[in-house]
Amino acid sequence: MTVEPEQISHQIVVDRLWKVFGNNPSSALEAENAGKSRAEIQSEFDQVVALRDVSFHVEKGETFVVMGLSGSGKSTLVRCLSRLIETTSGHIYVDLEDVTSLDDKSLREFRRSKVSMVFQNFGLLPHRNVMDNACYGLEIKGLSRTERYERAQRMLDLVGLNGWETSKVSQLSGGMQQRVGLARALAVEPEILLLDEPFSGLDPLIRRQMRSELAVLQKEIQKTMVFITHDLDEAVTVGDRIAIMRDGEIIQMGTPEEIILNPVDDFVAEFTEDVSKDRVLNASSISVTPDLIWSYSHDLNSLKNKMDEVKAGHIAFVNESGASLGVLTGSDVEHIASMEELDRMLGESTDTMMYSSNVKPAISKLANSSTPIPVVDSDNNLLGVITQASILNALSE
Amino acid sequence: MSAPDREISAPDREIINSEKGASPRINQSLKKFYFPFVVILGAIVLSLMIHGSGFELALDFPVDVSNEMEGALDDSVDWIVITFGDFFDAISDSIKVVLGKLRDLLIWIPWPIMMSLVFIIGWKVASLKIAIMSVVGMTILALVNLWEPTMVTVAIMIVAVFLSIVIGVPVGVLAARSDSVDTGIRPVLDTMQTMPSFVYLVPGIMLFGLGNVAAIFATVLYALPPCIRLTNLGIRQVDPSVVEAGTSFGSSNMQLLFKIQIPMAIPTIMAGINQTVMMALAMSTIAAMVGAGGLGIEVLRAMGQLREGEAIIAGCAIVILAIIIDRISQGYIENRTQ
Repeated sequence: MTVEPEQISHQIVVDRLWKVFGNNPSSALEAENAGKSRAEIQSEFDQVVALRDVSFHVEKGETFVVMGLSGSGKSTLVRCLSRLIETTSGHIYVDLEDVTSLDDKSLREFRRSKVSMVFQNFGLLPHRNVMDNACYGLEIKGLSRTERYERAQRMLDLVGLNGWETSKVSQLSGGMQQRVGLARALAVEPEILLLDEPFSGLDPLIRRQMRSELAVLQKEIQKTMVFITHDLDEAVTVGDRIAIMRDGEIIQMGTPEEIILNPVDDFVAEFTEDVSKDRVLNASSISVTPDLIWSYSHDLNSLKNKMDEVKAGHIAFVNESGASLGVLTGSDVEHIASMEELDRMLGESTDTMMYSSNVKPAISKLANSSTPIPVVDSDNNLLGVITQASILNALSE
Repeated sequence: MSAPDREISAPDREIINSEKGASPRINQSLKKFYFPFVVILGAIVLSLMIHGSGFELALDFPVDVSNEMEGALDDSVDWIVITFGDFFDAISDSIKVVLGKLRDLLIWIPWPIMMSLVFIIGWKVASLKIAIMSVVGMTILALVNLWEPTMVTVAIMIVAVFLSIVIGVPVGVLAARSDSVDTGIRPVLDTMQTMPSFVYLVPGIMLFGLGNVAAIFATVLYALPPCIRLTNLGIRQVDPSVVEAGTSFGSSNMQLLFKIQIPMAIPTIMAGINQTVMMALAMSTIAAMVGAGGLGIEVLRAMGQLREGEAIIAGCAIVILAIIIDRISQGYIENRTQ
């Protein structure tokens, strides 16, 4: 099939990918078309369908997370991307080049320059020291010793292994071994980084640390990443978008927020249960319409009348063009006697939140004050307010 | 009735229960032995009946092709000797030259220098303890006036082991990378290892003539299998995830082999070479029968003249040499693995 025009900007396009393990994949594919289940195919034909009709795309510089339990096909998927496992049918395009049709020589070239991979169990060479491990990809490419040492040294510095160059890898802790793995992958300066559960083998504490270090690193290097994990917490931290897999299929794909707020079925919902929602909620997703929006030019008495009429708990003040001036509670306004006092009160309530920012700061602010926080866009236009009730509602959903 | 009579005490109850439970278990194990028992009994009864009736066909196998097969094998060895005579002569001559030079060199080196060399090698490669032990062993060899034969044996060993490695490691690598090669050579290796080593001597003499080269030929055939087997095993045991990582960086097959598989298999390959050395040493007495010099011929000569003391001393010299070589190479493997 040909690549559609809108896919051109994507760095990786995976198009209807199938993978069947077994000696007769076509029989399994036929049975699939006949509507048989995975279990039936496995028992009848002794074929295991590892990937079924997987399609997605990854943009340049994006971190795409594939998440699923063991046996869901996520590791198979990432290995198909660099053809460590051959696909049964479907196509993978990387920068418009069909990876599935590369011959041996171009495949080696593709692996040497375009992609590199970080493995769950590190895959380091035990007979080499840290530096020579980090150099491996460059050595395979045929770079001179001085050049590869120089480039690998830069990557070792980047991952914080300066001073460990001559250590044996077996003497390093798991976290440090994975840093070597990361340095080795980055040293070849690939466009795409494939990470197969890179932190799953590490202690929880180290895992969290490595995760945040990777996030910092990613800001600097801006690589396209495909990140495999079984941990939704990890997926949410590192991922721009997440695909959730089950039984070889992608069952939901979207931003962390979309997945956590709108799980497509019970399976996904169960996953998302344990992730604290404040991590993905942004201001706009929990803002509500203010009880009363008051255009500032009107006089104080009609404001108070209107307030009583609609029983408003709070009032959001805007100017003629709709820009937020501040939010006051109803009881505040009750006690205001003059326009000067109103001006002073509004001047004091300067807090606003951008619609895209994380809700965490709002939670601590609203814990200490009942005054709602206005949510604004980049032009300071009022979009809504966050109240104590709206936060509690969102978190309890 | 009184209360104690009515109630069965707890231990009694256990005995009763276990007896009830035991009988089916005993029945089951009887059944397990029932079938082989019947088969063996049947075989004995039938054998007695055949012997009693004098049924000739069942007593002597009716066909014998041993003469034809022996003749065919004789003919093919003759054919090989005649057809490839020049080829084998060339091999024989070059091995003779190399072996002669090596032997002369080892004998030429004065004993203090040789002992110092072994001490330094033992120390650097293994440990100080092994180095000291090696020198003590060599002193004993010199004290019993077996220094020269020892050097001759060492020269034969070096050539035989070198040839075994040159042939064995590549074959082992091939077997590791292809299952069909592995299946194909396995019966060959089994044959080489279980065939009585004397059997190799005759074709050895026919191909290379009496002397050291025939001895080396027989030694290589005998000592080759562990080198092939352990190279094969070592490469197959390399962690597949490391090989996968190597592949993911675009390594070619040759790069995988020389940068990952062979380096990671080195400890196992070295263990194979160590075995090859030991087996080659074990062959040295047998090889002496076809004219190999060294410690083996000392043992044979002493035995021929019924001087058992001399035979025992020469035999012990082989053991001392074996221990020195084994400890130094084991030390190397251990240091390498750590």
